[in-house]
Amino acid sequence: MTREAPPSGAFSGLAGAIDCDIHPAPPDLRALLPHLDPYWREHVERRGLERENLDTSAYPPAAPINANPDWRLPAGPAGSSLAALQAHLLDPLAPRAAICNLIHGAQMMMSEDLSAALCRGLNNWLAAEWLGRDDRLRASITVPVHSPELAAEEIERLAPDRRFVQVLLLAMAELPLGRRMMWPIYRAAEKHGLPVGIHAGSSFRHPPSAGGWGSTYLEDYVTYAQGFAGALNSLLAEGVFQKFPGLRVVLIESGVTWLPASLWRINKTWRGVRAEVPWLDRLPADLVRQHVRLTLQPFDAPPDARSLAVLLDQLGSDELLLFSTDYPHWHFDAAEGPLPAGLPPSLIRKITVENPLATYPRLAAA
Amino acid sequence: MARHVVAAVGEIPPGGRKLVTIRGREIGVFNLDGAYYALINRCPHQGAALCTGAIVSRLEAPMPGEYRLAQPGSMLRCPWHCWEFDIRTGQSWCEPEDVKARSYAVTVEPGERLARGPFVAETVSVAVEEDYVVVTL
Ligand code: FES
Repeated sequence: MTREAPPSGAFSGLAGAIDCDIHPAPPDLRALLPHLDPYWREHVERRGLERENLDTSAYPPAAPINANPDWRLPAGPAGSSLAALQAHLLDPLAPRAAICNLIHGAQMMMSEDLSAALCRGLNNWLAAEWLGRDDRLRASITVPVHSPELAAEEIERLAPDRRFVQVLLLAMAELPLGRRMMWPIYRAAEKHGLPVGIHAGSSFRHPPSAGGWGSTYLEDYVTYAQGFAGALNSLLAEGVFQKFPGLRVVLIESGVTWLPASLWRINKTWRGVRAEVPWLDRLPADLVRQHVRLTLQPFDAPPDARSLAVLLDQLGSDELLLFSTDYPHWHFDAAEGPLPAGLPPSLIRKITVENPLATYPRLAAA
Repeated sequence: MARHVVAAVGEIPPGGRKLVTIRGREIGVFNLDGAYYALINRCPHQGAALCTGAIVSRLEAPMPGEYRLAQPGSMLRCPWHCWEFDIRTGQSWCEPEDVKARSYAVTVEPGERLARGPFVAETVSVAVEEDYVVVTL
């Protein structure tokens, strides 16, 4: 049964906010067929691939986090209906814009050409079925993460469509994200003023923990934060922000509260070994504050307001956080609303409007 | 402030150093290509004997992969946690404005002028025909 939509009270005072992370459910491949190039449509059909759905295991359907109970649908996966998205989120929240991030097996498959073809299809599908049907929606460009050259081609193809406001990667891939092999993606993103969004997830053929495969979803999910720390350390150490000074990175669904400790650690270690990374010529935390942003949900808030205040202070900037609901995933209840309790009003304004506009130039121009 | 004669010029060759104690303070005196500098022998981080650390170059890179060995022998690397300090200024590589080792003014003066005084030379005997390294402190 579908429950009542969260009362709009949960979103009161947030009209005009920019929701930087929502998730249309990935389509099954049959729905993608009309959006594929003819060659690849026939390829998929000959192999019978349309019978697969290439769902990733990031959000097992029955895991509670997969969907806010208020947002489950009578039929079909949560997030699969535009009308429901409008009723649950877009109408009560009245955002200035909401950014769709699509996580799909196409991004991470072994065949680079098939991966690229399916990503093209996914982006076409997003544009036709979502962006074209509600002008509040924007999207990230889904790219074949293991083929930076083809990923850059896809960025070039879609850059003229201003509804695409970001490039989407996953935190854990075959190689740490800062490696030079990945640079064609950053070059193309920087050229077009597109932030690179790094979403929780991996290619699902490496364990989330470097210590090996865990036994439970609990471990997987909690350990993703370490994957983000690894990705961020790699971007910093490899000099990506020196090479691409205009690049912005948005950590999506990374959690937030692990960040200060991670920055203290890299700042401290860098002072002693900085000769290894001679291009890294300032405190790594300063580069993070300049180039990196984080979406709000999940926040992993500390248990009381005093600790929250300390943590916000430790982040060291009021420009880091970007409002997100992570629709339809379940990080907050209607009664709480999408903002951690106890945020000062001036910061709420930054998080919901000013920071997203500063991060996504294409939203500011719209 | 007093002038302390810490060495005869020939005693510290280029690239060399001498540790001295002035008014109970340990100080490292360095010769960088004929110019002399003095730093306190105490790291601003956690107090290691900074002036006993390795003398290194500035390893720099304007871009990832563009490696430059600049100003050979101009940096001192702390023996404890390897923070690097500019011998000429005491500034740390990582936070030059905020983290500095105390530095002292050094001059080279002829023995003849020193002989007119005043100066302090506890362990160095001064002859009028030689030049000396003098730390003011
Ligand atoms: S004591 Fe010198 S670097 Fe720590």
